[in-house]
Amino acid sequence: MVEDTIAAVATALGEGSIAVVRVSGPEAVDTVAGVFRSKTDLRSAASHTVHYGWIRDPENEQVLDEVLVTVMRAPRSFTAEDVVEVSTHGGMVAVKSVLGLLLRRGIRMAEPGEFTKRAFLNGRIDLAQAEAVIDLIRSKSERAFQLARKQAEGSVSKRIVPIRSSLIELLAHVEVNIDYPEHDVAEVTAGVIRDTCQSALKQIEELLRTADEGKILREGIVTAIVGRPNAGKSSLLNALARENKAIVTDIPGTTRDIVEETISLGGIPLRLLDTAGIRETSDVVERIGVERSRTALNEADLILLVINRNEPLHEDERELLRQLKDRSTIVVVNKIDLPAMLDLEEVKKDYANDRIVFLSAKEGIGLDELEKAVSQIFFSGSVEAADLTYVSNARHIALLHRAKSSLEDAVRAADEGIPVDLTQIDIASAWESLGEILGDAAGESLLDEIFSKFCLGK
Amino acid sequence: MGYHAGDYDVIVIGAGHAGVESALASARMGCETLLLTINLDMVAFMPCNPSVGGPAKGHVVREIDALGGEMGRNIDKTFIQMRMLNTGKGPAVHALRAQADKFLYQHAMKETIEKQDHLTLRQGMVEDLIVEDGKVRGVVTKTGAEYGAKAVVLTTGTYLRGKVIMGELMYESGPNNQQPSIKLSEALRRLGFQLARFKTGTPPRVHQDTIDFDKTEIQPGDDKPKYFSYETEYMEHSQNQLPCWLTYTSEETHRIINDNLHRAPMFSGLIEGTGPRYCPSIEDKIVRFADKPKHQIFLEPEGRNTKEYYVQGLSTSMPEDVQLNILRSIPGLEKVEMMRTGYAIEYDAVVPTQLWPTLETKLVDGLFTAGQINGTSGYEEAAGQGIMAGINAARKVKGESPVIIDRSKGYIGVMIDDLVTKGTNEPYRLLTSRAEYRLLLRHDNADLRLTPLGYEIGLIPESRYQKFLDKKTRVEAEIERLKETKFRPDEEVQAMLAACGSAPLQNTVDGVTLLRRPEVSYDMLAKLSPALVELSEDMKEQVEIQIKYTGYIEKQLQQVERLEKMEKKRIPDNIDYEIIHGLATEAKQKLAKVRPLSLGQASRISGVTPADLSILLVHLEHYNRVTAAAAAQG
Repeated sequence: MVEDTIAAVATALGEGSIAVVRVSGPEAVDTVAGVFRSKTDLRSAASHTVHYGWIRDPENEQVLDEVLVTVMRAPRSFTAEDVVEVSTHGGMVAVKSVLGLLLRRGIRMAEPGEFTKRAFLNGRIDLAQAEAVIDLIRSKSERAFQLARKQAEGSVSKRIVPIRSSLIELLAHVEVNIDYPEHDVAEVTAGVIRDTCQSALKQIEELLRTADEGKILREGIVTAIVGRPNAGKSSLLNALARENKAIVTDIPGTTRDIVEETISLGGIPLRLLDTAGIRETSDVVERIGVERSRTALNEADLILLVINRNEPLHEDERELLRQLKDRSTIVVVNKIDLPAMLDLEEVKKDYANDRIVFLSAKEGIGLDELEKAVSQIFFSGSVEAADLTYVSNARHIALLHRAKSSLEDAVRAADEGIPVDLTQIDIASAWESLGEILGDAAGESLLDEIFSKFCLGK
Repeated sequence: MGYHAGDYDVIVIGAGHAGVESALASARMGCETLLLTINLDMVAFMPCNPSVGGPAKGHVVREIDALGGEMGRNIDKTFIQMRMLNTGKGPAVHALRAQADKFLYQHAMKETIEKQDHLTLRQGMVEDLIVEDGKVRGVVTKTGAEYGAKAVVLTTGTYLRGKVIMGELMYESGPNNQQPSIKLSEALRRLGFQLARFKTGTPPRVHQDTIDFDKTEIQPGDDKPKYFSYETEYMEHSQNQLPCWLTYTSEETHRIINDNLHRAPMFSGLIEGTGPRYCPSIEDKIVRFADKPKHQIFLEPEGRNTKEYYVQGLSTSMPEDVQLNILRSIPGLEKVEMMRTGYAIEYDAVVPTQLWPTLETKLVDGLFTAGQINGTSGYEEAAGQGIMAGINAARKVKGESPVIIDRSKGYIGVMIDDLVTKGTNEPYRLLTSRAEYRLLLRHDNADLRLTPLGYEIGLIPESRYQKFLDKKTRVEAEIERLKETKFRPDEEVQAMLAACGSAPLQNTVDGVTLLRRPEVSYDMLAKLSPALVELSEDMKEQVEIQIKYTGYIEKQLQQVERLEKMEKKRIPDNIDYEIIHGLATEAKQKLAKVRPLSLGQASRISGVTPADLSILLVHLEHYNRVTAAAAAQG
């Protein structure tokens, strides 16, 4: 069976100093070769060889990362197909951009468990393991599904839904013109097509731009560290960073001057909001970043509320505890290396035990407990789901690019006076690409739209 | 009381648009065929609109013709008006639509059937099916005649437990006051078939002499009409077409309807059957689209030798007195005389997921169903299924492999796959938007898509096939020639480009590149560089379309290719989904119900996820390896 070519990240994210993008299928070597800058040409590389070079986006000449590329030719590979593995620097930015580039160049994001499925179908995996293969597909799909559902409620979806409705409205109108040519429904003009597509394009471009800046589509759990001055926010941040040995990104924001950093806590990527704010204020205690903390709080999916155990509970802290008790908040009781002055009962009143963590950021004690608590809250202990967020984001970006290019084709076709039923093909594929981002939540049907909006009949 | 009345290879029950195609296909493939109908005067009767074709439907007529069916030839013989629709749009959605002389249409079809070898046409109401060991063996009529058969095709239209409704009046009846078929419906239920209850309707008919045409707008046919059949060369009556007429409902119409809604069976609860959304009654339209001030009404002649006019757009089941008031509120119809009252009709249909893609039922071996009984609406949809059921019944009798048309090969394939895979919860109408490869399923290339198949199964005679091959060769040669022909930026070429408003040439280009410019037509190029062989208008059109839209056509062909491997991956029909570890419960239930023949078909069942498909694939591989290992040992 001739298959298409698939890719996915093969290493757990946020861990380790390298990350691997695995590509499998007939186009694997050619596609990677097309973005690989090196002394050797991958197309002629022998099987089981490793090559040093750079991944570069041919469209804008931008270099994405310094990499090692391994070529394994069929049938001597895991999937028994041509396999190329690109080892990038660890962390998420490099691996995400490499994967995203490959997806834009015609490679399909692997379905959950698909490499293993192919290995099995191609006879690389023993018959006895068929059941295990099935279990893997099922469990991975279920997690992906849950995650997709969560994302469907997220901010990206909220921005995609209106773009899709404007497109389906246009499509329904076009279809009515085609299937009911004698009905008294005005013909869609090239101008209307152009305007609708261009407005959709603008919104998609905006989404992509924010995605590139890492503001919206960026992976990771948006996390705010809040607390009174001197509670130990910056020591906690430093401890977390030290623990991970790498601060993965440091991207200055554009909108409100909030600086974000992404760290990995036991494999779960956390996007820490306003880390600069935390660092600044730690130096000058008087400059309380209350306002900035507020802003961060509103955006956060996860809140780490840091309280100094060495002092009695402050009125501000009481207020925070009350405000945050219904959100995903973990109370970090810091400075356990110092004498306890805090009345814990006040905290326990609103927070269950598994949401209170004791640690000393300065001494690096208790960080494991924090890691467990975070896992507990988001993934019921499963770290893998975090990988999936990350991976599906790369897929979303590829799909947005695809929708964009379909719409560009549609605009061009409208300008050239191409018949409407042909332009429709491009509009429909843009609509479908956007629908793939929403997954099951997409749910609209063209026929429903046609018959609910237009009065047709014999 | 029963007596043995004869044995046949194939028996077709019902001589509507599905039945006649079934019977003709079967007989032409050499099977002794019996066509039974309740009333011999109703062969190929048009109980609703006197027209054939339009988008998607017209495509199907072309496909039937390309396969060697009759509908295209028959409408060409009997049309009173022909129009090509959508000419302002791309070639894929151009669509022929004919107004038929509904009486001539019937007579012409009946004559063809009567003259056909191996085909017996007989009046008789079938009341029971003879089924032994899950296999159909024959049929029994009301008069006690028992006919033996190796295969039976049911094409019962709206006759099964038919019930006519107008206003408060309701009575058991087939369309147009024909006898309904009650016992056959009971027989199907007894055999274990799940039946659905559907509804459709028809508008009143009015007398021509009572219409004031001055208040309406004329809708003439095309001056130089095209034909449905690839075989039709010229028809005399092209020069003598009848127009249709356009008018609109008035405020008064809407008021009358609103005032009488309590008497409308649609709203009083008298109608149980599900009606189609795309074919609503006028009362339905006025309620659902209350803000629309007026609705189009077309007045269409029903034939050359009749004064009856069909009032398109006014399908209704209002009481008779209200119908007359509605009619007379429409400009042009103020003094109209109603000749037939509109009505709604409810009927039983077989839930189509109980069928294989060959249209054979899963429950009874050798029993096929086609047309409205499968939940569709429309003469063309019926005929398209009819020819396929006839072909597959005949092939089954002859011990040949079944024929299934892919979704990428024809609207017939799209329709049948939709029906047997997804089922339908309203009468199913074909729309071009139901096809994912619309650009490949064009009106102009139905012969290229399906005539080789028609020839292979014996429905296209040798002489017609040779003609087809000649067309294909000439078209291909001309495309090749244009690829080779260079056009230089000389005076002649630049003048041609200037004349059609296209930018002047910068460099020498080949003919194909030049023809891809939207403004340039094949005829313009041919003037500068004439073809070496003679090309008919059809062939020229084909050359132009194939070149002009290559980019889009290629894109769709690639999609087809990508999905082909899924379509080719067969699923054994004895598979037990219950025991497949890992399949979701919903997927198990749906797969067991539909029993898809290929992974591609499985992928189109709603509720079957990509993960389920992966698991199914792994299971199939496992199954194949185990079977292969067992075979090697055994």
